[in-house]
Amino acid sequence: MSWVKKTLSSTLGRKLIMALTGLFLILFLTGHVSGNMLLFKNDGGEAFNMYAKFMTTNPIVKLLSYITYLSVIGHVIYSIILSGHNKAARPIAYAESKSSTNSSAASRNMGILGTVILVFLAGHMYSFWFQMHWGEIPLVNYEGEEYKNLYAVVQVAFQQFWMVGLYVVAMAFLAFHLSHGFASAFQTLGLSHKKYSPAIQFVGRVYCILVPVLFASMPLYIYFTSQS
Amino acid sequence: MILDSKSPAGPLAEKWTKHKFNSKLVNPANKRKYDVIVVGTGLAGASAAASLAELGYNVKAFTFHDSPRRAHSIAAQGGINAAKNYQNDGDSVFRLFYDTIKGGDYRARESNVYRLAEVSVSIIDQCVAQGVPFAREYGGLLANRSFGGAQVSRTFYARGQTGQQLLLGAYSALSRQVANGKVKLYPRTEMMDVVVIDGHARGIVTRNVITGEVETHAAHAVLLCTGGYGNVFFLSTNAMGCNVTAAWRAHKRGAYFANPCFTQIHPTCIPVSGDHQSKLTLMSESLRNDGRVWVPKTVETAEKLRKGQIKAAEIKEEDRDYFLERKYPSFGNLVPRDVASRNAKEVCDEGKGVNETGEAVFLDFRDAIKRDTEALIKAKYGNLFDMYQQITGENPYQTPMMIYPAVHYTMGGLWVDYNLMTTVPGLYALGEANFSDHGANRLGASALMQGLADGYFVIPYTLGDYLAQTPPVKVDASHPEFAKVSREVKDRISQLLNIDGKKSVDYFHKKLGKIMWNECGMARTEEGLKKAKADIQALRKEFWSNVKVLGQNEELNQSLEKAHRVADFLELGELMVDDALNRNESCGGHFRVEYQTPEGEALRDDENFAYVAAWKYTGDNKEEELVKEPLAFENVKLTQRSYK
Amino acid sequence: MKLTLKIWRQKNSADTGGFVTYPIDGISKDMSFLEMMDVLNEELTEKNQDPVHFDHDCREGICGTCSLYIDGKPHGPLQTTTCQLHMRSFSDGDTITIEPWRAKAFPVLKDLVVDRSSFDRIIQAGGYVSVNTGGVPDANEIPIPKTMADLAMDAAQCIGCGACVAACKNASAMLFTSAKVSQLALLPQGQIERKTRAEKMVAQMDAEGFGACTNTGACEAECPKGISLTNIARMNREYFSAVMSSENM
Repeated sequence: MSWVKKTLSSTLGRKLIMALTGLFLILFLTGHVSGNMLLFKNDGGEAFNMYAKFMTTNPIVKLLSYITYLSVIGHVIYSIILSGHNKAARPIAYAESKSSTNSSAASRNMGILGTVILVFLAGHMYSFWFQMHWGEIPLVNYEGEEYKNLYAVVQVAFQQFWMVGLYVVAMAFLAFHLSHGFASAFQTLGLSHKKYSPAIQFVGRVYCILVPVLFASMPLYIYFTSQS
Repeated sequence: MILDSKSPAGPLAEKWTKHKFNSKLVNPANKRKYDVIVVGTGLAGASAAASLAELGYNVKAFTFHDSPRRAHSIAAQGGINAAKNYQNDGDSVFRLFYDTIKGGDYRARESNVYRLAEVSVSIIDQCVAQGVPFAREYGGLLANRSFGGAQVSRTFYARGQTGQQLLLGAYSALSRQVANGKVKLYPRTEMMDVVVIDGHARGIVTRNVITGEVETHAAHAVLLCTGGYGNVFFLSTNAMGCNVTAAWRAHKRGAYFANPCFTQIHPTCIPVSGDHQSKLTLMSESLRNDGRVWVPKTVETAEKLRKGQIKAAEIKEEDRDYFLERKYPSFGNLVPRDVASRNAKEVCDEGKGVNETGEAVFLDFRDAIKRDTEALIKAKYGNLFDMYQQITGENPYQTPMMIYPAVHYTMGGLWVDYNLMTTVPGLYALGEANFSDHGANRLGASALMQGLADGYFVIPYTLGDYLAQTPPVKVDASHPEFAKVSREVKDRISQLLNIDGKKSVDYFHKKLGKIMWNECGMARTEEGLKKAKADIQALRKEFWSNVKVLGQNEELNQSLEKAHRVADFLELGELMVDDALNRNESCGGHFRVEYQTPEGEALRDDENFAYVAAWKYTGDNKEEELVKEPLAFENVKLTQRSYK
Repeated sequence: MKLTLKIWRQKNSADTGGFVTYPIDGISKDMSFLEMMDVLNEELTEKNQDPVHFDHDCREGICGTCSLYIDGKPHGPLQTTTCQLHMRSFSDGDTITIEPWRAKAFPVLKDLVVDRSSFDRIIQAGGYVSVNTGGVPDANEIPIPKTMADLAMDAAQCIGCGACVAACKNASAMLFTSAKVSQLALLPQGQIERKTRAEKMVAQMDAEGFGACTNTGACEAECPKGISLTNIARMNREYFSAVMSSENM
């Protein structure tokens, strides 16, 4: 399998990993945001809690979650490898650079955006994912079955202004990361054609705004509904 | 003494075939025992180096550029001729041959020109096979256009970048041989001299441009593919680095220099804008298809224009002189390059030039835009108009373009026989560096054809014939002659570095350029040429006592590189003047004012000057000796051109 | 015009180098940028100072030799080559910063001159169709759809100047390499060696120490010949399908 090793250590092979893991994470985000929409349901969290239990127990979802963890790890590791390689490719920087005239800020700062998102992700996972799995969460009973009341945890978390602010800012970072990442992944995979590329770019533009806005609206919604 | 062209006997159409058959062959197993040096990696050099390496010879290829892809062949715009007759419009090998001989004003060798036309068809096949993206018709077959006033459409092209695409094709073939290890490439390495041992070229001395190291390279044969010498005029459409040094060094080692005064002046270049000008930019002559050339009728109006008191558009129709249309009613603005150029110079000399320097005429698209709409003109010439605007800052859709002739190509070069061998056995010259195929004037789209013909299809045969007669014993640079030449090169370098004068190299180059342009340019007179000769001699003397070359040899030193080149131009310039003085006739690009028809056209003297003037070097500051190669025309009838 | 030039000076590849500031006066707006540099060099020579070394040759925008990073952009403010840039793009009193191309694979040789032979080695790795001289079919026996020939020509227009590498924040040579891979992948002549070519050229590109592409698009925006990013996508396709299906291990 020397050819596999060779391919994956080439710049294009590494970019392929970035693109594939990135696209998988986009799929994950889509699922995540759709499920979390249940937070808007005015049922005291019943649907959300049932969804949360399903997501932590269903074997297929479990498998998908492992792929997600791997994707995050792969995306991060390969971005570090590639960034190191790219830094080495220009040992002496320009004294003056007008890169803003030829490329978008997001495309030039994917590493910084990604790092912020990674830090956010750690906190986010500690707040909810860790609590859900191993934390002490109050239980609720729907139709005779016990559920962990993650909804309540969420409600408590987002009644703190700083948490809400943190999430909204993090989603802005995610938006910029996606604004470049979405179409970029397709370009890396070689999926470029004058008939379809405009559609990919359009979907990318919509996606990078829609998903982070929906995510951000959740803490905001909870914060403001709890205030009234 | 009379030079032998070694043209094979027999009917014209069979000469090359017969010659190939009669050429000796090198045994395939022996080919790897021969080393060949190729200097220059433009169309001729790259194609030769690649083809010879494919055959099995060990090739060393040298270029002073950082990459073979930079050679100035890359700048050719228009296209490449080939007698394919794909358009069914009556083209043939003989017609291409005839047009080239006639276009060269009957000063080229019949046998060479016929061979050029003959192999032209193979060039297109070769380039297409390499992946050169020539223009195509919707059916997928190759497109052609008519070019430079030819009556058939035989020009193949790749947008306006044919030279680029052909060079990149040859460069790719060369790169493949570099990868195969059959060509060793020496970029940023300039040839400084040829080493001749027992009358045979056996190697070269080079200077590594980065480290300054002077090195010796031995081989069984040396090929000079080093381009033309148009930069002797300082301002020309040539690239800044184009130079005569390799050819001139060879000349001083015994290779005759033929027809040095034959230079081509191209009429549609962007005029000089001031003393700072470093080079001139050519615009495709297709512009003359729709543009009308004019100047004001009176000197007074022209003066007002030059001072900026009036604008071109304010000059009334009856005050304009469309001089080409007036003088040549049947060809009008489409007269050949030399005629258009000379007439522009004449009106400017009369004081009717239209730009600040007084050296420009208008090329006006006003009527064409009125007739065809701006959109159509844009579709045809958009990129040229953009280029013009970028350089001059003026919008040619609104104000007439200004043009002036500029030096473009040199038909003269090292004398070669039918085998492309110079008068030094084992030393060959290919492409623009030789004199062979264009006579006194080159037709449009023929330079690319010649470079590739020489490299791909001629030299692989003719060099084999020479090598087959050379024993396959290893040559190396241990012969004392290498050390001697190497020392001479080093001495010259330190001489240049130690003059420590007051004037920069460019100062001398510009001065030489002015002399050449004024006296040995578009129109030449005996008086002017004699004055030029004295001026060049004086300038050369001043150069060697007052030039300032800073820095040292052991570094990248662009002033030193230039100094070497200008020193050689200062010698070549005088030879060009000698050649122009000797040729008491007008033909092609050589116009002697004393020799013209009553209508002011070039007047050839076939009785006395139907020969190639080859010059033999006799020593520093000595008059060169003229050796003639008579030209026999057995297949064409000599006629006088007329464009009235 | 009166200008201040802040120019990178470096004696040789071993020297660390640094900026030197030169005032210059009497510059006409009709001069090309390189002619302005000529004026500076004449003045420096006059003062017995080493002239500024820079690469240049055809001065008509086609040979790809010129290479300056001017005021934070390769080839300066316009999308053209430095030799086609004219001083009318600047104003009286401007300070102009001039740097060499910066990339590990383009080491500085002196002042503003860099070594771009890495590009040649990428071409040597497979940027050709392996045909020997002679013995090829008649040109019209290889019909090529006009649209394909035009696309191939779009890619083939690359002049190898290296502005793409200079512009890229990663000093990546993807645009350059992909232009050649694309040209030959689009033409029937290039099919035979298609897979091996993509594999070898990418491997050589990596070996030279160029960075990886992050699809910022800076290369396309700065390319004086308008080489498109779609070529990079095509090369990615070519490469991935080649490594999956070629016979090379």
